[in-house]
Amino acid sequence: MTAPAAAEPGAPAGEFVPRILVFSTNNISDPGVDLAGSSHMHYSPGVNVISLPCTSGIRPSWITHALEAGYDGVFIATDGEECAYLHDCAKRSNRVVQIAQKTVKERGMDPGRIRVAAICSVCAEPFTKHMTTFSAALKAMGPAKA
Amino acid sequence: MSDETLTPTPAEEAEGGRRIGVYVCHCGGNISDYVDVEKVISDIRESGDVVVSRTTMFACSDASQQDIEADIKANNLDGLVVASCSPKLHTYTFRGVASRAGLNPYEYTQVNIREQCSWVHTDDREGATAKATALVMAGIGRTRNTIPLEPMVVDTIPHTLVIGGGIAGLRAAIGLADVGLRVTVVERELSLGGWVKQLGRMYPHGKDGRRLIEDLVAKVKSRPAITVLTGAEVVGKAGSFGNYHVSVRVGGEGAGTIDVAVGSIVVATGFEAYTPEEGELGFGTEGVITLPEFKELVDGASGPLAWKGRPVRSVAYIYCVGSRNTAGCSNAYCSRFCCASTVQTAVQVSGLDPSVRQFHLYRDMRTYGKFEPLYTEARDAGSVFLKFDNDEPPTVAMGANGRLTVTVRDLLTERTELALPVDLVVLVTGMVPRENAELVDVLKLPKGADGFFNEIHPKLRPVETVVDGVLIAGACQGPKTSAESVTQALASVTQSAAILKKGFTELDPLVAVVDADQCTACGDCLTTCPYDAIKMSESADRHFATIDAASCKGCGGCIPYCPENAIDLLGYTDAEVTAMITNMAEVPV
Repeated sequence: MTAPAAAEPGAPAGEFVPRILVFSTNNISDPGVDLAGSSHMHYSPGVNVISLPCTSGIRPSWITHALEAGYDGVFIATDGEECAYLHDCAKRSNRVVQIAQKTVKERGMDPGRIRVAAICSVCAEPFTKHMTTFSAALKAMGPAKA
Repeated sequence: MSDETLTPTPAEEAEGGRRIGVYVCHCGGNISDYVDVEKVISDIRESGDVVVSRTTMFACSDASQQDIEADIKANNLDGLVVASCSPKLHTYTFRGVASRAGLNPYEYTQVNIREQCSWVHTDDREGATAKATALVMAGIGRTRNTIPLEPMVVDTIPHTLVIGGGIAGLRAAIGLADVGLRVTVVERELSLGGWVKQLGRMYPHGKDGRRLIEDLVAKVKSRPAITVLTGAEVVGKAGSFGNYHVSVRVGGEGAGTIDVAVGSIVVATGFEAYTPEEGELGFGTEGVITLPEFKELVDGASGPLAWKGRPVRSVAYIYCVGSRNTAGCSNAYCSRFCCASTVQTAVQVSGLDPSVRQFHLYRDMRTYGKFEPLYTEARDAGSVFLKFDNDEPPTVAMGANGRLTVTVRDLLTERTELALPVDLVVLVTGMVPRENAELVDVLKLPKGADGFFNEIHPKLRPVETVVDGVLIAGACQGPKTSAESVTQALASVTQSAAILKKGFTELDPLVAVVDADQCTACGDCLTTCPYDAIKMSESADRHFATIDAASCKGCGGCIPYCPENAIDLLGYTDAEVTAMITNMAEVPV
């Protein structure tokens, strides 16, 4: 078994816990996210995951809606080169991210609130690290909704 | 089951149009030790449309399933939310619950509050509970927007591809032929039989591995339904569940390929033997050999053993080489077969020459199950067992006299340090996954952290993979004995039969659809589908895009290209996903 990441103690009451919406994929990245759980790794409870067949099917409006509804960041866990549906999945997912980043920038938000990375079906540790660093970056940025 | 502790909650009259039942699972304590499941229920029960809400000790238990079915019928529910483990485990379980109770299975939503909540927040009960509430609210939001769907029915091809012609692959091929399926066996080597073909006497029947394989190969040859391709490799796969087209290259690099149309694929590609690193426990020194090398020596002997012309009067076996490693190195697993195999080989050696002294240096002796009598048999025949500490492994040194000496501190005799002069040191090497990058790439098979192929569920779906219709059997899934490999091979036969014998299969109808009223026939989507599922159609007065359900793979890749947002993916519609996001965001962390 991979060594679990060091446990973060629960945040003190009243402290800003950045909320991250993750879009994962049913067959590749979501099993990787699940593996972080079955390996008892830890990341912030501000992280919520919605699993879809493929990240190339994300509507940019879902990303902007999340940031306007109360999320502080959106993380797209793509299949990268492993996508079973589309050979150009990474390119398509990046296009979705760029559209969403352009929109949030126009609305006065930091496009750095939207991140994308390939997460494979055994990428438990990389996913946990992404969540920890993204959470820290969002904490520095402060809440998305004033 | 008697451990059910369903906590009924008063049924609320639904405010909106929906009547939803919500079940939050304790999973024994896997969830409830870290999430206050009762608080989750009390936080969601007033959220509207929730008619029944309960916690359950094990949602997947038979008793619990029956309770949910009874609730659905008694309350005329039109939506179901189960918050328990990953959807990979029990989506079909709860779809079945819904179906049996007369509820459309696509009106059910699985919420993952174990792998993606309780297990990653074991340090933060309050945070985990708030998050579980948010996830359940997302499930309710999605379920409010579900619509009933009917599965798509596709014909299946009654033909299975078996990859690997070792004991698992051969036994699977015979089983598949005997249930009336056609079989193609693809073996990379030029002959069938794999590892077992190289083995001599096997426990407990005493039969030769060589003979076992000869019998299996004869049975394969006598079945006209089986085609065997040796010197062959799988190089491509197209199509979908029940209708795969597999390209097999026969005759090595550069040779031509043949196309085999199959309904299912059994992967039985086996394992590699672990090769110790240079210097690992003396490996590389003359007289220090691996278990497979030693077995070959013993299986080939008819009298007293000799190694390179010198008689072997004493042997030291060092166990768990390349297995059960805890210090940084890979291979954390136990290889399962090696204790029994080594002890059995030692009994064989005693049979050849009772005067050979044999020392077994082990960390833990695991001649489990029906192999246990072997251990007693070896001791009775004179084998000596010495237990060493994992932190203080034995050392192997070559003396000036050209003799090997193994030094070990024996935990069974108060850590006495013993120096054992021996003629041969056998490193009891375990199994490692086969290097098979091309096949993994073609089949898109997920591998675990240990490098072996991953099953969906070790207990409930042990030979199925996340790739529908692709099954795994034998040591490619993880270290195991030949008997265990054959058990899995036969399980893969049953699974293939379950898929293919009906002649058709039902696929999730979770495909993309176009709202013709919103479509402006701009044509932007037409080039976005590599499966050519999108066409322009016309009615009397206008044009609009349509998507062929049978060709659509359900990825949703066309959706972000529609400027009118006229395309939706069933099961993941704009309304469903937006409601999930809104509902989750409303629950404070």
